[in-house]
Amino acid sequence: MTPLLQARGLTKHYGARLGCGNVSFDLYPGEVMGIVGESGSGKSTLLSCLAGHLSPDAGEVIFDTRDHGPQDVLRMSEPARRMLGRTDWAFVHQNARDGLRMGVSAGANVGERLMAVGARHYGDIREQATDWLGRVEIAADRIDDRPRAFSGGMQQRLQIARNLVTGPRLVFMDEPTGGLDVSVQARLLDLLRGLVREMGLSAIVVTHDLAVVRLLADRLMVMKGGAVVEAGLTDQVLDDPQHGYTQLLVSSVLQV
Amino acid sequence: MKMIRVSDVSKSFVLHNQGGAVIPVMAGAELSVAPGECVALVGNSGAGKSTLMRMIWGNYLCGSGAITVGDVDVARAEPREVLRMRRELMGYVSQFLRVVPRVPTLEVVAEPALRAGVAREVALSRARSLLARLNLPEPLWALSPTTFSGGEQQRVNIARGFVHDFPAMLLDEPTASLDATNRAVVLDLIREAKARGAAIVGIFHDEAARAEICDREIDVSRFAPGAA
Repeated sequence: MTPLLQARGLTKHYGARLGCGNVSFDLYPGEVMGIVGESGSGKSTLLSCLAGHLSPDAGEVIFDTRDHGPQDVLRMSEPARRMLGRTDWAFVHQNARDGLRMGVSAGANVGERLMAVGARHYGDIREQATDWLGRVEIAADRIDDRPRAFSGGMQQRLQIARNLVTGPRLVFMDEPTGGLDVSVQARLLDLLRGLVREMGLSAIVVTHDLAVVRLLADRLMVMKGGAVVEAGLTDQVLDDPQHGYTQLLVSSVLQV
Repeated sequence: MKMIRVSDVSKSFVLHNQGGAVIPVMAGAELSVAPGECVALVGNSGAGKSTLMRMIWGNYLCGSGAITVGDVDVARAEPREVLRMRRELMGYVSQFLRVVPRVPTLEVVAEPALRAGVAREVALSRARSLLARLNLPEPLWALSPTTFSGGEQQRVNIARGFVHDFPAMLLDEPTASLDATNRAVVLDLIREAKARGAAIVGIFHDEAARAEICDREIDVSRFAPGAA
């Protein structure tokens, strides 16, 4: 089986300081990989490099494209990469406001991404938008409201609908449950897990929440100081951590 | 043909944050289980029964030696191979129920079958019949098991483990915290799994249950490092 995404030696410096160093991994179709580490460990830098939001100093990000097979995303033309960002890739920001257009309606937020890939029929777009709002548990009568009028949890679900409506194959998530109440987090986790299974999505989830990765991710990478210090099956890394930093991380979690 | 095979396995824990203390817990572990066989791991608390079981499941790394389940070399496999092993080959009744909050019990139970590729309706009907057999009141099926009592959660875990006909199974104290009626149901489920050819490794503090359904016992204290 061809990996959906291969990272090879990804390195990014901010001046003299290391953002992330020499990160390599393969992600296979249907796999969810978590990236954990404390603030400043380089996990968000790595995610930005993978998603093409930052250009790394060295390394390759090879994506198995539908039409041309494995391609180095970093060496693609800008239009080709933008197209990827609108079709096969999706990015769920920690702060829903970064991923939504706050000035247009919920329906338009979802419809816009469909239009970006060529949908033109208003009725179809509205129907699909309504369907997706339902899937993320937003009532149909809210379709014409602006996201500003939504709660934080609803905004996050709207962002997910906007991202998944075009049927991406790979979703990048940056702290998708961060900043939400725990009850809302649970609802979002349930939703994400269901969507990942139904749509056969692959996902890379950056979080500092070990409980979230245990429930959501098949595999885990632990980062510290810009480097990956440990990687493996999620429950293996959490139950039998090998690296001193991971042992510290796991033993520092407060029990409820 | 053995379904589960453990050969010359050792394991130690290194505690990096406690002066790098190395704690050897197992050496030279040997175990093999044929289809239709149920093998009990016995030994005092701390002897390594759970450690051995977790190494077979793959959430503990194997220090050295080999562990195979069907065609998967668990000790050396890539994460996705271990995931395939768990999806297709091995069921696990653990003592802990870890679930996404809000997910109804019926879905929690059906999940391993769905993951194994069983059609949704079949998986759900299998889940219903197991929950009914285990006497979990029907009004609870639509609720998340997170607020259930210990015995109820235990039965959800058992139903989850038996919802798919896995060729290999791990059972960690499956009869703990159950009343006599439900204990009998669980023993029947284990007998049925053996009859269809499942290879089973179990930990049972319940000696009577062990005597009733296990074909052999393996004393893991034999594998304590330094024991000869």
